[in-house]
Amino acid sequence: MPVFALKPGYQGERMDRVENFGGNQIVYFGWDEHRMFCAAKAFPLPPSMPFSAVMEQIIPEAFGQHPEFSQINWDSVEWMLNNEPFKPQLDVSLEAQGVDHKSLIRFKTPGLTGYNGLGV
Amino acid sequence: MAAKKLNIKDKYRLLTRDLDWDFSYEDPKKAFPYEEFEGIKITDWNKWEDPFRLTMDSYWKYQAEKEKKLYAILDAFSQNNGHLNVVDPRYVNAVKIFLTGVSPLEYQAYQGFAHVGRQFSGVGARVACQMQSLDELRHVQTQIHAMSHYNKFFDGFQEFSHMHDRVWYLSVPRSFFTDARSAGPFEFMIAIGFSFEYVLTNLLFVPFMSGAAHNGDMATVTFGFSAQSDEARHMTLGLEVIKFLLEQHEDNVPIVQKWIDKWFWRGTRLLTIVAMMMDYMLPNKVMSWKEAWEVYFEEAGGALFKDLARYGITMPKYADVIEKEKEHISHQAWWTFYTHGHAAGFHTWIPSDQELDWLSEKYPDTFDKYYRPMWELAKEQEAKGERFYTSGLPQLCQTCQIPMLFTEMDNPNQNSMRDTVFDGERYHFCSDGCCDIFKDEPEKYVQAWLPVHQIFQGNCGGPDVGDILSDYYRMNVGVDNMDIKDSPDEQRWNKWKGVA
Repeated sequence: MPVFALKPGYQGERMDRVENFGGNQIVYFGWDEHRMFCAAKAFPLPPSMPFSAVMEQIIPEAFGQHPEFSQINWDSVEWMLNNEPFKPQLDVSLEAQGVDHKSLIRFKTPGLTGYNGLGV
Repeated sequence: MAAKKLNIKDKYRLLTRDLDWDFSYEDPKKAFPYEEFEGIKITDWNKWEDPFRLTMDSYWKYQAEKEKKLYAILDAFSQNNGHLNVVDPRYVNAVKIFLTGVSPLEYQAYQGFAHVGRQFSGVGARVACQMQSLDELRHVQTQIHAMSHYNKFFDGFQEFSHMHDRVWYLSVPRSFFTDARSAGPFEFMIAIGFSFEYVLTNLLFVPFMSGAAHNGDMATVTFGFSAQSDEARHMTLGLEVIKFLLEQHEDNVPIVQKWIDKWFWRGTRLLTIVAMMMDYMLPNKVMSWKEAWEVYFEEAGGALFKDLARYGITMPKYADVIEKEKEHISHQAWWTFYTHGHAAGFHTWIPSDQELDWLSEKYPDTFDKYYRPMWELAKEQEAKGERFYTSGLPQLCQTCQIPMLFTEMDNPNQNSMRDTVFDGERYHFCSDGCCDIFKDEPEKYVQAWLPVHQIFQGNCGGPDVGDILSDYYRMNVGVDNMDIKDSPDEQRWNKWKGVA
């Protein structure tokens, strides 16, 4: 359905186009079944950022407060990028491995099921 | 001969319908340019049954009397230091949410009804909407006056209007109303007049007003009572609107159904904050959110939709999801505010043990399983001297603008996330309901002012969160926000009450 509008061809201004973020793009990160964090978190990141920098700077900043964080075995982590299985390449930039503006990266930690095993 | 005194009915007819005129040399479509673009067909405006039957002079007389009484009580409240009678300073934080999140909506309702009160070509509907717009303007004024007393003694009230336009969580109620106001006049009436005023308003007003009464807040009780007779009229108008549209033309039915689906979903998302207030912020509980939902929506709303079935109207889409979510949303919302307590304009806290038990009793199927463990963790962190404030900024839903805190009803441990691509850009949603609304009118919702993205675009000052809170939101950082424990609010309260 097109929008109900007074005049044909109505198009609101896109507020979050990538050009508005000063060279960054938005990437969301979510840790599945860990509700200590109420929602996935948003970060403005340069598209040229390698995934190794995400692992060193962003992931600990986003999720390091969780008591299970230090126990994560990153080799067994299962990643999803925009609802598709994803294998992050550490030395490759976000852009070059398909992480574009407003991408959602989710990860599961097999064996770690939240505080007291209760999904928190 | 002396003029005959008119009876009320004649006076009403002369002062409303009789003041209208037909357009003989101007095109009526130019006079009422908003009336047709939504596709609603009106064949006879004379079939409109005026719900209020009020003339302006009787309106003034009646409201003036009411307000004289209201202000006398508010004066007495103030002179007797009425704020000392609230049960606990935690309660006042619910009033802060009301003033920053709800009262400005009364002002938006005034603007919205004034607009549609000009745009309908039917004079009966115009008059009714104009009356309601005046009611809404009075409500925002009486609410500000009632709550101004608390502003003298508690933090977080001082910049309510500025905050409403800027603060991250207040973009939820604000955008709800700007969505309705930027729609056509008939959609506005279904959104606000019917869905909100007729069906959902009881879930806002009754819990807040009973909550105020149970917690010693006579100021709020007083304006609630004063507004009640107006609310009854608004409900009548909401019902008249929907019946009128459905009876005018069968082509209106699918359009109205679509708006019902949209605005019930938007309305229930908005009421999440009321759910949280009832279950977590009232020291003396009234009823649980789940109970309120069952009484005011499932029973009352269910009967209404049974009545509307003869027009071909069905229960709002996703009512089945909402029925399951009533067990979850209050807990999820309070956890979100608790963990973002550093960025909220009011205080948050861990529920007492007694309150945790009350929640277990009221939510036997969900609280102990999913939500009590969160508070156990919060207590542990607090005991270690690490009261949990989450880092970073949350992902928001493009439609309702709430952080994506809701979970899948078939797996309540997992956040519910949906997305769609429009015009080469990806958009994210908390639910199928919000995703459907976007997909129906993406050209509208791409312009959502999402607070988190605005911060990252550099439009809210900063870059530090503290600077954004103090300079852009005008919060008094370290005073208005953070846990209630050791807050200036709590310290003053203890001093007044002589508690060490």
